[in-house]
Amino acid sequence: MSAIERLPEFDNGLLRFLACGSVDDGKSTLIGRLLFDCKAILSDTLSAITRSSQRRGLEAVDLSLLTDGLQAEREQGITIDVAYRYFTSGRRKYIVADAPGHEQYTRNMVTAASTADLAVILIDARRGVLTQTRRHACIAHLLGIPHIVVAVNKIDLVGHSRERFEEIRSHYLQFAERLGSAAARFLPHFIPVSALNGDMVVERGDKLDWYRGATLFETLESTPSARSEGDRRLRFPVQYVCRPQSPEHRDFRGYMGRIESGAVAVGDAVLVLPSGRETRVRDIRIMDGSVPYAGAGRSVTLLMEDAIDISRGDMIVRREESPRIVKEFEAMLCWLGEAPLDPKRKYLLRHTTREVQGQLVEIGHRLDINTLEQHTAGRLLTNDIARVRFRLASALCVDSYGQNRSTGAFVVIDGSNNHTVGAGMIL
Amino acid sequence: MTAVAVGQPLSHLEWLESEAIHILREVAGQCANPALLFSGGKDSICLLRLAEKAFRPGRFPFPLLHIDTGHNYPEVIACRDRYAEMLGERLIVRCLDDSLARGTAVLKSPDEARNRHQSVTLLEAIAEFEFDACIGGARRDEEKARAKERIFSFRDESGQWDPKAQRPELWDIYNARTCKGENIRAFPISNWTEMDVWRYIERERLELPSIYFAHRRPVVRRSGRQGTLLAPVTWLTPAGKGDRVEQLSVRFRTVGDITCTAPVESDADSVGKIIAETALATVSERGATRLDDQASEAAMEQRKMAGYF
Repeated sequence: MSAIERLPEFDNGLLRFLACGSVDDGKSTLIGRLLFDCKAILSDTLSAITRSSQRRGLEAVDLSLLTDGLQAEREQGITIDVAYRYFTSGRRKYIVADAPGHEQYTRNMVTAASTADLAVILIDARRGVLTQTRRHACIAHLLGIPHIVVAVNKIDLVGHSRERFEEIRSHYLQFAERLGSAAARFLPHFIPVSALNGDMVVERGDKLDWYRGATLFETLESTPSARSEGDRRLRFPVQYVCRPQSPEHRDFRGYMGRIESGAVAVGDAVLVLPSGRETRVRDIRIMDGSVPYAGAGRSVTLLMEDAIDISRGDMIVRREESPRIVKEFEAMLCWLGEAPLDPKRKYLLRHTTREVQGQLVEIGHRLDINTLEQHTAGRLLTNDIARVRFRLASALCVDSYGQNRSTGAFVVIDGSNNHTVGAGMIL
Repeated sequence: MTAVAVGQPLSHLEWLESEAIHILREVAGQCANPALLFSGGKDSICLLRLAEKAFRPGRFPFPLLHIDTGHNYPEVIACRDRYAEMLGERLIVRCLDDSLARGTAVLKSPDEARNRHQSVTLLEAIAEFEFDACIGGARRDEEKARAKERIFSFRDESGQWDPKAQRPELWDIYNARTCKGENIRAFPISNWTEMDVWRYIERERLELPSIYFAHRRPVVRRSGRQGTLLAPVTWLTPAGKGDRVEQLSVRFRTVGDITCTAPVESDADSVGKIIAETALATVSERGATRLDDQASEAAMEQRKMAGYF
């Protein structure tokens, strides 16, 4: 598998995945192993971590050093922020989000999970399903990650035992059931793994013959890529209006944005929200050319039949597939701010390309993500997750997050200092 | 325009392109007065094509800004000017030499590498034009400190990046809000790798400065932290006593300040050959070519905290 042999097949989509676990579970070692066996580590990087390993008095090269980034982190020997790694298998490009397992865990994992198509949840085979495993499963579920892989790592340290693997699988599934009905469609994929030795990561190894399923790498390679699944309804939030007013484009009005879901074709009858005006798509432009049709994920420019007023923050949809137009909604909210959520204050809610003022109406309950127990709560602190109700100063066009990760998500901004303080998923 | 199968799932390069266009349009939609940092290097040349895709047939909603260290290869400056003219967009150039003359930037010695000092000139230009955002071509795969930087990265009134106090960035909802004097650096190709950039240059048939392709050049071998580097022999970096000057076929993988950018030995004289070589490369882009990142493991992080982009 030299790099050059892999070249021709290169362009087969992109997969963003998230590795959940702590250093103790061997998460960094697993990512390091994946990069190493895919030959995605370059020699100077390898020699740099070899030197670092030696300086710290380690005997073997510590593959976990590949994912430790910032100076502050190296000093403390922990990862404090989400880091992104890139590698390609030859058939697919990967973006790996590595969320740290220590302080600010929820905040970091929620951030990393928000863009992930797949989560790898690591379990130490000796320790089994722990509180943190439940936390990982809960956040992955909450953030709507469509594919879950449970990697039962350090299987070599339990004698490559199939019984232990099955036991962990059934423990995990017992908890996953409690995450709600939607969890059924996740159906996690369980893989016994030894990241240290490389078994079932890229290579199968020869110690786990009882396992017939796909390796971690094969699973990553075959998971459907970003945006190829999901909501079929057209959602086109307008980002920018192009009116060149130049001699050759005097009457040009282009509505620029990305098709978040569904597809659009020339001639389609569409609805502009929240105004509710109707028109038809006259042209779809990509740079200086026209296309008859464009699907989810494409950044395009739409031209309309009628000169109606459309601006940034509006959403273009198909008439019969309208989202909810709301001035109040319920959501699961993860509080990220250092200061607690203040029910007396107004915050800014940013949803697709629109920003509105909003105020908390009530906190339904706070969710304990370790036990899934619901508690009453008067306020929310950093890393708290709660069911809340917001009232808005003007309307938003929303879908439930479960149906659409683009039009169901919002962030909360503190207008006094412009910090991003909350992340919400509309129910 | 390439005839794209726009109903198909996106290839990885199409995904990256669409993401970058989305980011550029968010900058334009959210910021009052942005600028695009354009050096004439390959990454910023990709940014220009992405900006065309994002905003044509309109003009770019931002000027191009180049911070000139005065130590650039003439081929790169010529290419910079050609692009600005070809696109009909406004190019602002601000020179480190002017900051040095004003005394706002001070070199330790006349031959000190100038890369670090361009932050001063950049911050002065931001203040002069009251830019609230600068779009840059930095990529997360370049360097460890960049790997954790946001796509919309906040800088305080003194232009500093605080890695421990970054705004959480979720989904692709970006927060470009600033108060006066503060600044956002936006990185549309954060998720691209060196290979992606070359693939894009190939697909879009982008013109590059000639020094990206194999050419013969006098060089001397110098030892760095990570092995031997080739140092170009130029008017700024003459050979020292006892240096053995060799004429080698080389190309640049990155082009920056002459004093800190080293070429690699190569016969690749076309984009296709460079892609093949990149696929086989065993040394990372900055590791092979940047004399300034070799000083310490945290070199980039420290420069960024001081306002470097």
